[in-house]
Amino acid sequence: MDTKDTQSLNLEALRAKLAGKTGRRYWRSMEQIAETDEFKMWVEDEFPNRKAILELDRRQLLKYMGASMALAGLSGCRQVFLGQDKIVPYVNQPEELVPGRPLYYASTFTHAGYGQGVLVEQHEGRPTKIEGNPDHPENKGTSDHWMQASILSMYDPDRSGSVTTKDGEIGTWDGFFKKSRAAIASQKAKKGAGLRILMEATSSPTLIRQLAAIQKSLPEASIHVWDPVNRDNVRQGSALALGKDLEPVYNFENAQIVVSLDADFFSSMPGHLRYAKDFANARRVLGAEAEMNRLYAFESTPGLVGAMADHRWSVKASGIGEIAKGLYDAVSGGTPSGPLAKELAAIAADLKGFPDASIVVPGDHQPAAVHALAQMINLLLNPGRGCVKYIEPVTNAGAFSDLSLKELVDEMNAGKVEAIMMLGGNPVYDAPADLKFAEALAKVPFKMHHGKYVDETAMACDWHLPETHYLEEWGDARAYDGTVTFVQPVSYPLFEGRSKIELLAALFASPTSGYDLVRETYAATVPAAEFESSWRKALHVGVARETARPAVTATAVGTQPEVGAPVPGLEIAFRSEPHVFDGRYSNNGWLQELPRPLTQITWENAAIIGVETAKRLKLESEDVIELKYGGVPVNAPVFVQPGHAEDQVTVHFGYGRTRGGSVATSTDFFGGGFNAFALRTSKAMSFDKLEEPRKVASKAHPIATTQLHHQIEDDRDVIRSGTLTEYRKNPSLHEEAHHGGSPESKSLYPDNIFEFNGPQWGMTIDMNVCIGCNACAVACQAENNISVVGKEQVKNGREMHWIRIDRYYMGDLANPDETVFQPIACVHCEKAPCEPVCPVAATVHSHEGLNQMVYNRCVGTRYCSNNCPYKVRRYNYKNWSDNQKQFMDRIEPIAKIGGNTTTEKTNGIALLRMLNNPDVTVRGRGVMEKCTYCVQRINNVRIEAKKAGREPRDGEILTACQQSCPTQAIVFGNVADPESQVSKLRKDPRSYQLLRELQTRPRTSHMGRLRNPNPEITA
Amino acid sequence: MPNIFKPNTNTYAKVSLLLAASLPLFGGLALAAWSRSPANTKVNVPLNQPVPFSHQHHAWELGIDCGYCHTGVEKSASAGVPPTETCMSCHSQIWTNSPLLEPVRQSYETGTPLKWNRVNKLPEFVYFNHSIHVARGVSCNQCHGPVQNMNITWKGNPFQMAWCLECHRAPEKYIYKDEANPKLTPREQVFNLYWKYQAGDKLSPREDSLIRGTEQYSADPAEQAKGRTLINTYGVKVQQLADCSVCHR
Amino acid sequence: MAPKEPLNDELILGQQSNATLDNTIGDLVLDQKKHNNKAWVLTFLVGFGMLHLFLASVAWLLYTGIGIWGNNIPSGWGFDIINFVWWIGIGHAGTLISAILLLMRQQWRNSINRFAEAMTIFAVICAAQYPLLHTGRPWVAYWLFPYPNILAMWPQFRSPLIWDVFAVNTYATVSVLFWLMGLIPDFATLRDRATNKIAKPILGILSFGWRGSARHWHRYEQAYLLLAGLSTPLVLSVHTIVSYDFAVSIVPGWNVTVFPPYFVAGAVFAGFAMVLLLIIPIRAMYSLKDLVTMRHIDWMAKIMLATGLIVFYGYILEAFYAWYSGNPYELKLLQWRFTGPYWPAYWLLIFFNGIVPQLMWNPKWRQNLMIVWVVSMGVTIGMWLERFVIIPISLTVNYLPSSDRMYIPTFWDFAMFAGTIGLFVTLMFLFVRFAPIINIFEMKDLLHKLHQEKQRKDKGGKPEPEAPAEVPAGAGE
Repeated sequence: MDTKDTQSLNLEALRAKLAGKTGRRYWRSMEQIAETDEFKMWVEDEFPNRKAILELDRRQLLKYMGASMALAGLSGCRQVFLGQDKIVPYVNQPEELVPGRPLYYASTFTHAGYGQGVLVEQHEGRPTKIEGNPDHPENKGTSDHWMQASILSMYDPDRSGSVTTKDGEIGTWDGFFKKSRAAIASQKAKKGAGLRILMEATSSPTLIRQLAAIQKSLPEASIHVWDPVNRDNVRQGSALALGKDLEPVYNFENAQIVVSLDADFFSSMPGHLRYAKDFANARRVLGAEAEMNRLYAFESTPGLVGAMADHRWSVKASGIGEIAKGLYDAVSGGTPSGPLAKELAAIAADLKGFPDASIVVPGDHQPAAVHALAQMINLLLNPGRGCVKYIEPVTNAGAFSDLSLKELVDEMNAGKVEAIMMLGGNPVYDAPADLKFAEALAKVPFKMHHGKYVDETAMACDWHLPETHYLEEWGDARAYDGTVTFVQPVSYPLFEGRSKIELLAALFASPTSGYDLVRETYAATVPAAEFESSWRKALHVGVARETARPAVTATAVGTQPEVGAPVPGLEIAFRSEPHVFDGRYSNNGWLQELPRPLTQITWENAAIIGVETAKRLKLESEDVIELKYGGVPVNAPVFVQPGHAEDQVTVHFGYGRTRGGSVATSTDFFGGGFNAFALRTSKAMSFDKLEEPRKVASKAHPIATTQLHHQIEDDRDVIRSGTLTEYRKNPSLHEEAHHGGSPESKSLYPDNIFEFNGPQWGMTIDMNVCIGCNACAVACQAENNISVVGKEQVKNGREMHWIRIDRYYMGDLANPDETVFQPIACVHCEKAPCEPVCPVAATVHSHEGLNQMVYNRCVGTRYCSNNCPYKVRRYNYKNWSDNQKQFMDRIEPIAKIGGNTTTEKTNGIALLRMLNNPDVTVRGRGVMEKCTYCVQRINNVRIEAKKAGREPRDGEILTACQQSCPTQAIVFGNVADPESQVSKLRKDPRSYQLLRELQTRPRTSHMGRLRNPNPEITA
Repeated sequence: MPNIFKPNTNTYAKVSLLLAASLPLFGGLALAAWSRSPANTKVNVPLNQPVPFSHQHHAWELGIDCGYCHTGVEKSASAGVPPTETCMSCHSQIWTNSPLLEPVRQSYETGTPLKWNRVNKLPEFVYFNHSIHVARGVSCNQCHGPVQNMNITWKGNPFQMAWCLECHRAPEKYIYKDEANPKLTPREQVFNLYWKYQAGDKLSPREDSLIRGTEQYSADPAEQAKGRTLINTYGVKVQQLADCSVCHR
Repeated sequence: MAPKEPLNDELILGQQSNATLDNTIGDLVLDQKKHNNKAWVLTFLVGFGMLHLFLASVAWLLYTGIGIWGNNIPSGWGFDIINFVWWIGIGHAGTLISAILLLMRQQWRNSINRFAEAMTIFAVICAAQYPLLHTGRPWVAYWLFPYPNILAMWPQFRSPLIWDVFAVNTYATVSVLFWLMGLIPDFATLRDRATNKIAKPILGILSFGWRGSARHWHRYEQAYLLLAGLSTPLVLSVHTIVSYDFAVSIVPGWNVTVFPPYFVAGAVFAGFAMVLLLIIPIRAMYSLKDLVTMRHIDWMAKIMLATGLIVFYGYILEAFYAWYSGNPYELKLLQWRFTGPYWPAYWLLIFFNGIVPQLMWNPKWRQNLMIVWVVSMGVTIGMWLERFVIIPISLTVNYLPSSDRMYIPTFWDFAMFAGTIGLFVTLMFLFVRFAPIINIFEMKDLLHKLHQEKQRKDKGGKPEPEAPAEVPAGAGE
């Protein structure tokens, strides 16, 4: 990454050059680029006017059809349709930029206040791909689906484009400042008594510094922090147990025994990427003489942790309390009472067997008492704090955000609030229903909202102010452990957005650039002498070293807290949505279409219930029921989920949006879903009793899932799994059972298709550490320009993901003893069945063992897909290649701020084209596509290597999925080189070839799944 | 009753039958010929530019190295077209008020880029990489024709798949090393050829045909044998060169 | 040439002479008023309407893409290929009757071959729509033909789809030649009888200056025999190759060695069913009962029964393999066919193709036009279902259970299918109106032979005056 050394310089240069130009003017020039033919070209295949056809009237269409059929395939004829191609060079070219080569910048992606390090790939000023930052304490080069998808949000045409006054009238920043400064000035007089700031939790030192300054100058003004999905319980828990408001930070690397109390430390808890990585490292098994950590999971809604667990019990959310209590009794020497007493005793014994090497992790949504108990157990188990430490809270959120919000609402109702500034967040949509936030807000005379979308809250305000995307702004944030990381812009704002810190500076101090603000903050933390150098260094790596929060010495105080008794009968459980979270990502097509782990639902949420409960209530999937809670009825489709706790209905937040982008709000083309926030009250934030739902209609609401099958039937050799002890006895995991022990069945055909002395690419996927988090799928989508197709097409079985994560259950459906994730992309068979059947040789083998797919040769007979036993080929049944064309199709009327309809549309097209990876062909309608092992990356590395007169090194080529994978389950490399990591893994006893009996000889081999159950319990 | 047709109708009938039968054949041949002709490929068809830039003047008469403007050619897939800055680095000193250069000055002042007409175009599903070709000693002229003699630039070769494959399938015919200066690395001799040409040195027949963009390969088996040895020394994997994924991703 | 089939007058009924033959058949063309009946007009209009539905769906298909159909992953093929195979199958009776029966000297072919050949050609035309339109990018479908091009690329000759291209094209060409050849003398006859100012020259051109001279006849016989020899293997090859599309793949339910014979038999089965389906009403409509006699119907019904038995055997074998191989994937598929969500398709298929044709054992029922017609209709439907069972149903179950997905055809799938039927009907009815639907001169020839036979029977009896008296058709005045 030598490119990064100079990047700060470059930004200086850019800033100097564009000083005085507003974002808008710069954007206009971007538009000009966006209209150039290069951009048009990206969305073209050799049917030259395919793009144009979309806008033609019928008569023209037929004419063009005729013409193009006559001319198709001839290179020269594109002029006929497109006119002369142009080359548009720079006027002044940034010196470290080489056209055609990407640059990488370190920055920070912030989710729910916690920062995660990213490296942004940038082509000629266009960020196109996000990777994890290897220097970041949490993700260490890996990434999750939110990080990966955040690049799409940057080019989201629905992002709020300009300052907006009430009812979507377009205003200007100057106009806003005139008004707002006046308001604030009037507040200054009364020490800000009438001023309130409502914001999302933030960990940004700069922002916190600014807020402190505001508090100082306006002591009467108050700042409220509200997140619908918050860590209140965690903080209150530690307050109960430790007497201090602290955040626990776990260390899974040392943890031999882990107990999860309905926790999700794989995909949503702050630090989850680090946790997943460490957990996997403690679980990874190489060779037959292996050790593994052990994971017990008590789960209400099935999640990734439960799927990975060695022992899993379905316990309804309100029942976890008892479990926690029982476990505490057992660990603290007493005898557990209540349910699962025997198992809990065994678990406790197991835990105590590993002092300083075992932890109990409670779920963020579990009540404070559970957290308190868990932390008390952890203190007992970790005298040396081997697996857990406690730090000062990372974000500025209080421990009682619901109360803080309530207080604000009361004040607003009391008319005490004259002006309110909302920094991000969407309280009108996600505040507890009983608070009636919207009504209270209406009583405030002067309402401002700063956010990325014109959402429900924005519509309720007098002023909406566009917020910049993190790739457009300067800023900083803290990681889950408190480490300070920096947000650097990779592009100038596409719209008129401003960052939070710039806005606050302009409002309450003097307008200052984000860059200076962040520098100031950082300057305060380092001695002036070494500031410049350390600043450069920090920006270069994106992380300020040694800034992690120190561990606070904590000891158990107080007595054992009382846990509530489980809710009798049916209960409702509120959870954050695995992909759209609390609705903040609901306008992101990639996340929407990504199948939810386990349920495999796309595009919407559902009322998820267990198998037995479904029987009892006489419900099946796709029935529509009326959930009634707190007198509010909401209609929701039912989804029956194996392994789901009985007598519980799980509802996810983030759907039923009425504003905030075409993808978020459209209900016909996309799922839309229902709004779970309408049911949630401040009395019960995570679960409560629910009256029996009423069935409204049966099979009335189709749900688009990408996998219908639940269980592996007959004795197919699809999944290999076993316990650690079995594995030690029979490392091949009973291969002979399927293949009669014959190592290689005979074939009449020669073994090697080619005699070639070059590298042979292959891949291994370790199902033992795959947590099923879907990061790979989004990474692949971003890297390879994969289209989004929308709910109805997913329902028709036409989703385009090149890598899918199959999910299989084993054992009883109601309560499966095993859940296995099996990621599958094209396995690049050496004897690929797809190849001989293609009539035009559009899919053939390369000498390096790739099963190549040549889009521009494909005529689209789909024979290859029929003949593919793994069904990993994807077909462009329609013209989806205009990345997320649905943005153009369905723009909600009011969302068109920042221009009239037509410009919005063109912007939309241009914007989304800028997202495309220029190294990968954009596929048009009627062609087959599939995983290429990221051949573009292979080629680039090979070319560089050849120029340097060497062969590519092992690990030099990372496929997109491999690079993103939090647990390094995917390994890619040269299988011809016996020293390479991949060929070592292929020799591992666990590794096997999927459907080997077909003699397709896949280059991707999977590695069997192991479990490490406690003999005390299984016996 | 009288016959409907005169006897000679038979002849007409036969002829028309023949024509009808041969029509698809000739139609196909015509289309094939057209698709290979300059009418379609635009080979040797000079293309007007907003600024009448002469490669002959800059590259040959002034002897400016290709790499001076096309900076990407050794680092990147695309050779790159120089930013206005580069033009102005000289033309702020000389020809400062030539009307021909008005668009350049305009662009530099207003900051709006020049829009050149693209001469060499590959379909966007083809991924050509300049740097590796230069690193293997493939001369610019081998694809772009006698650029140093072009007043208004034209396309030197059809850039059709069949044409690319001629070399990718049998590089030994095309690859060439200048025996006169054995020390030169492949990339050095790409540029050295121009020095020699510029200095008016004696060119070997291969070099001569190369620089004129006439004969691009040698049918002489001896030459090809040399080519083969070169391929081995460069470590070119010939089989691989014709793999689809080398150019199509 | 002594015909093997013992001739008897059941092949031609009533007091027929060459003149009556010319009238009954020829006037169908020359006297267009004969067609101004409700039946013709209505059926034609329906067919013509459906033809436009076809055009509409093609336009929409080209505009939107394959996405308008129900195809998905895993079911890459659906109605498109079902209909292709179905039509090709139907297009088999013609050549079989004309070529093979000719070589076997089956005199009874004479009165139906013209009709069957026409049907064949139209069926092939319908079939040919699908391979082209089912590609995602029909505008580059010409890449399936081998020709030196600027891409330096050739088609992939290992792919059965390429074999299809050749097989179908050859078959279409030969069938058309065969048909046109046969028409020449008849057009000549019509030309000579024609009085209409427009019809006469057109017929004149179509008859390529045929004068009926001995040389003409000699050449004609030779060429016709050659073509017959040429096309006989085609009858077997085409559907064999079509069956390779499936047999060559590794899809459970497709990868079966019995496919080639079983497909060919199925084709003949379907072909004869379709001939009967059409000839029975038309024969009634144009009072051709004397020329297309119950004897013909009877024999065709027998052939239908025979091929039907072969096909049924095929079904049984498929099931047997699955069970006997013990291959879990095959077994899964079998169970899926029997009891899966598509079970009606499978059991209807068994009913229509397996059970119903057994009625044809009974001679009385073979003589009952209603029954024969219903059976043929059943077979035609059954053969379509067979392809449905083979193609989408096999694709909906997969090696990896995670890939299993249902296939649900859309409106456009049905529109396209109805469309090609419309195309077929339109062509068929235009043919009935503008070309002699029965081979006139071969009928004359047959009549001649019948009389000779008669003479041989009653020796010493005076030869009938009219027997050989007539000059062969088209001898220029």
